[in-house]
Formats: sequence, structure tokens, C-alpha cells
Amino acid sequence: MFRLEARPQASKTWIVLTPILAVVATMFAGGLLFAALGKDPVASIQLIFWDPLFGEFAAMDRVDILKKAGPLILIALGLSIGFRAGIWNIGAEGQYIMGAICGAAVGLAFYPMEATFIFPLMVIAGALGGWAWAMIPAFLKNRFGTNEILVSLMLVYVAEHFLSQMSLGLLKNPEGRGFPGSRNLQQYASASNPELFPGTGMHWGVIAALVAVIAAYILMNRHLTGFQVRVTGESPRAAAFAGIIPRRIVVFCLGTSGALAGLAGLFEVSGPAGQISIDFNQGYGFTAIIVAFLGRLNPFGILLAGLLMGLTYIGGNLAEQAAGLPAAAIQAFQGMLLFFLLAFDLLSNYRIRRVRRRVVPQVTEPTASQETA
Amino acid sequence: MDFSALSPVALIASLMVASTPILLAAIGELVVEKSGVLNLGVEGMMITGAIFGFAISVETGSPWLGLVAAMVGGAGMALIFGILTQVFLSNQVATGLALTLFGLGFSALVGQSYTGIKPPPFPRLDIPALTEIPYIGKILLNHDYMVYISLGLVLAVWYFLRFTRKGLILRSIGENHTAAHALGYKVIRVRLLAIMFGGACAGLGGAYLSLIRVPQWTEGMTAGAGWIALALVVFASWKPGRLIIGAYLFGGVTILQLNLQAVGVNIPVAYLSMAPYVITILVLVIISSDRKKISLNAPASLGRVFHASN
Repeated sequence: MFRLEARPQASKTWIVLTPILAVVATMFAGGLLFAALGKDPVASIQLIFWDPLFGEFAAMDRVDILKKAGPLILIALGLSIGFRAGIWNIGAEGQYIMGAICGAAVGLAFYPMEATFIFPLMVIAGALGGWAWAMIPAFLKNRFGTNEILVSLMLVYVAEHFLSQMSLGLLKNPEGRGFPGSRNLQQYASASNPELFPGTGMHWGVIAALVAVIAAYILMNRHLTGFQVRVTGESPRAAAFAGIIPRRIVVFCLGTSGALAGLAGLFEVSGPAGQISIDFNQGYGFTAIIVAFLGRLNPFGILLAGLLMGLTYIGGNLAEQAAGLPAAAIQAFQGMLLFFLLAFDLLSNYRIRRVRRRVVPQVTEPTASQETA
Repeated sequence: MDFSALSPVALIASLMVASTPILLAAIGELVVEKSGVLNLGVEGMMITGAIFGFAISVETGSPWLGLVAAMVGGAGMALIFGILTQVFLSNQVATGLALTLFGLGFSALVGQSYTGIKPPPFPRLDIPALTEIPYIGKILLNHDYMVYISLGLVLAVWYFLRFTRKGLILRSIGENHTAAHALGYKVIRVRLLAIMFGGACAGLGGAYLSLIRVPQWTEGMTAGAGWIALALVVFASWKPGRLIIGAYLFGGVTILQLNLQAVGVNIPVAYLSMAPYVITILVLVIISSDRKKISLNAPASLGRVFHASN
């Protein structure tokens, strides 16, 4: 028989090893899934994980990976801070949309004026938009004790409907011949977020993501606020005794993750996506949840996890074109990755011990104490 | 605008149909939460049920077989969640989210070849003498069977939780799993069964959407119904009877906004479509503002990991 023994502290080795194990296990399980769909499993896995990095057109694909990873990392960093404190913001998708709408609206308001202050102003508006959207669950949680998981998620659907209304109405391109969607920001120099070094995929969003990784590391490991966030998550009672005000932590965590998601939305809409349209959002807000967990809620882990998740997106596209693998397969694949990660996490929190069956001395009178936990 | 096109009888009749999927998913989740487990994967299990039910109905031509398949699919997804949280002791919030993300992708994958097909029709309750009773006949007695089955299920769960020994054991495990374990009850086994029941109900709710309410398969067609079901359990303060009120309230809002869209009220469609989600938030706020009531009714062990050290 095996027995699980809780570790006093999570094993550092296993925390690093479990994501790698999970990726390997997902490759196997994904291979089985692809085989069930009638595709060659080895070739499909190679298309997803190998070809974008080292294949024939890898130079272009690597650029795309960076573009996908940028918003994922930015959003996941914000989420990870909340998750550390036990505050579950799962509505990043909505904050991402609202950030994009607010930022783009500011840019479009100045059209066709050309000035250097427009883009910074858009960045601020984007962050504020996401922040404000995240403040709704924060306020309701603090004031009424409403569950932030449900509220933040409901607001995603509200934001999606708002987005479709904006792209059909207020922000619609007046010269767009009636097509839904705003003006293309890529063609409006003062409001666009181009590649800073042509051919590298580095746009302001990627740079912001890299800066945020370092900032988040300093915050969580070297700053009092980060410490308070961690204490709140690990032991709310200890946090209360230490005089940490839970409401402030709620506002800080939701606000930060909302602002970062809003920034990601703004960089996306002014860069790779180019315009506000009904479906410019690509579910980054949800995939970022997987990125945050896969990166172990650690900033540098999230950096790697974001790049890996970007890789599966690009690889998924390649597999779609080359092998006819359905686009949804990659989504199922990413979900599976999170399953395996959560399962293997057992190894970091528990020790597996083998126990021999002991011969229990016969007790004449059965007592309840034998059964106690 | 022509409000006379809105017939109250038709409104109430369609309200019952609109509420049934969330009612089914919510009654399952209620049992799960009563056993002390928080499964946030309702949306994922619902959509899996939707595509399983749809695919099997189309392949076999039998809507009933489809419903069985939906229950099996939902319960299967729930079992993944159950094994991860109960055996591998993973975090329930994270695992539930994973279930939803996986379910959305997986169902889209399975459902690729099923878009744009019509499923076989579902039988309706049609007793000539009764359905012709003015008002009542149309409102109450002329629906598909699932509407009545869902109400019966709520009644059965209420009876089970309140009056049976097994129901008492399930509740005690939800209130204090350590004490229940000490009394010799199989915490993990009971919870796994509850989780699978919840999955089967969610699957059934999903299949109701794809087979009866819509009836068609589209990617992501549950559109948050699973999450609304979760909110509904909180709204009902974990009491089955109130679940019906809650579900019919949400159904009413959905139907009303759809009908307002149809008569062409001077409000953009997008704003009307937000209504069910905004109402959900409002209702949560009203219910949660009385914190004492919530903490009194919520199962005390909800969402906690159970690990018997011996």
C-alpha cells in the first residue's frame, strides 16, 4: 500500500520538475488524441513543438511566438499575484477587452492628428480601462462579500457584448463601407504599436511584458506589499494578526491584474490585431490562467510558460495548415496540460511512502479511536 | 414598437424551457457543493454533455440515447475532476477552471462535423384534453418531457438531502469532513459519487440546450450557462426549492430580453444580451450582502482539501 504524507514545505525540486513532466505527459496524451483523430501522432507533435522553433520557416514563426507570448505573459503575471493571495480573478479576458476599447478610443479620438503624446496616452487609458473593469468585482467583494470568481467571469460576457456594440457603433470606421470594426490603428502612425526592430516581433507589449516580469519578481520577493500578498494567501489569520487589511489586498491584486490585462489588450489592438473588431480578442485572458499555473505563479516561470504556450499556438496553426489538425485541438491540448500539471503537483506537496501492512493487535472492544484521522 | 406581440402566456411557457438547462446543471452542482466540493467546471461539463448528446442523437436517431450519452459524458468529465481533487488532492478552483477550459476545446474538437445539422425532434407532453385548458394548458402542460424531469429531479434531491440517511451522511461530509471520516464514513467515495452526479446533471443540461432548446450545435454554445448555474446555487442558499425560483427568474430575464429584441425595442441588441449576466451579478450582490446568512448556509468544508493523515 502507498500512503501520502504531507510535506511540511513544498519540495523545491518537484516544483521545477512537475511542469516539465506535465509537458511530456501532455505530448503523450496529445499524441493519443491526435492518433484517435486519424493523424500521425509523432508528426503532429513535431509540428507543434519542433517546427516553429527549428523548422523550415522557423525565423518567421519565432517572431510570431514572441507576439503571442507577450500578452499572455503580461496577463498571467497579474493573475499570478492574485492567485498567490487566494484572489481568483478569472475575468482577465473582459479586462483585456475593456483595456483595448478604452485605449483604442483615446487614439481614435485624436484621429487624424499626429503627435507623440497620443500613444502614451493610449497606454494609460488601456491600463485604466482594465483596472476599472477589475475594480467592479473588487468593490463588490469588499462591500458586499460577493464572490469575485463569478462576478469577474460574468463581466467577460458583458465586455464581449460591449465590444460587439462598439465595433458596430461608436468606434466603427466611418470610411469602412459599412463593415464592422474600427479604423486600422496600424495605418495611423501616432497610435500604432509597430515592431520596434523590424523582423524581431519586439513591440511595446513584449517589452512591457519583460519589464513586468522583473517588476513582479521584485514586488513579490523584495517588497513589503508582495510579502503581504503572500501571507494573505498562505494564512489569512496570520495576515489579520499582522495587521494586513484584506480589503486593500483585494483592491491591489484585482487592480494590478486588471491594469496588466488592459495593457495587454491595448498593445494587441494597436499592434498585431490592428483594430477593434467583434472578435479581435482571442481568449488570451483564459489561456493566461494556464500560463500562470504552468509558470508556478513565479515571474520567471511565467516568462517560460508564456513562451511555451505561444509555441503551442503557432505550432497549432502549423499543424492546422500542414496536417489538417482542427484548431480546437490545440485548445483541448492546453487544457490537458493544466490537468497533468495539477495531477503531478501531488509530488511537490506530498511524499509518497510505501507502508507495509502492520499486524494490528486484536482489540477486544472496538473503539472509535481506531478510525480517527 | 409593438408590445401587443408579447403574449404573456407564450412568455411564461418559453420561460420554463429557457430555465431548464441551468436548473439541471444547478441541481447537480448543489449536491456536489453540499458534499463539500466546489466544482467550477460546470461550464465544461455542460458543453461536453451538449456535444455528446447531440452527436449520439444524430448518429442513432434517438434523442433519449443522446441524453444518456450526455450524462455519461458529463459524468466522465466530472470523474477527471474528482480523481484530481480527491485522489491527487489538487486545488479545486484551479482544477475546475482546467475542466472548463479543456471541455470547451474538447467539445469543439468533437463537434466539428456536427455544425449545421438538425437533431431528431424530442417528444412533447401532449394530452389533448389537458393541453387545451386555456392558459394553464399552454403554460404548464405542453412542454417536452425534460422540463418535468428537471422539476422531478429537484424534488428528488430535496427529499434525498432532507429525509434520507444517505443524504444526511452527504451533508455531514460537507459540513465537517474530518468528523465524518472519524465516524467511519467514506469521505472520498461519497464525494466522488456526488461529483459524478453533478457531472451527469450538467451534461443533461448541456444536451437540453443542443437537442431541445436551440436545437443545434455551435461551438461554445453554453455561453456562460454553467457559470450562471454556479451563481444560482449561491443565490438559492444551497436549498433545492429556491433553485427553481432562481432558475425561473433567470429564464424570465433571458426570455424577456430575447422578446424585446424581437419586437425591436430601441435599445441595441448587445445591451439587451448583457441582461442575464448583469442580473446574475446583481442577484449575487443582493444575496451576498447578508454575510451571516451565507456563512450559515454554505457547507462548512466547501472547497477544502481532505487528506486523512492515517
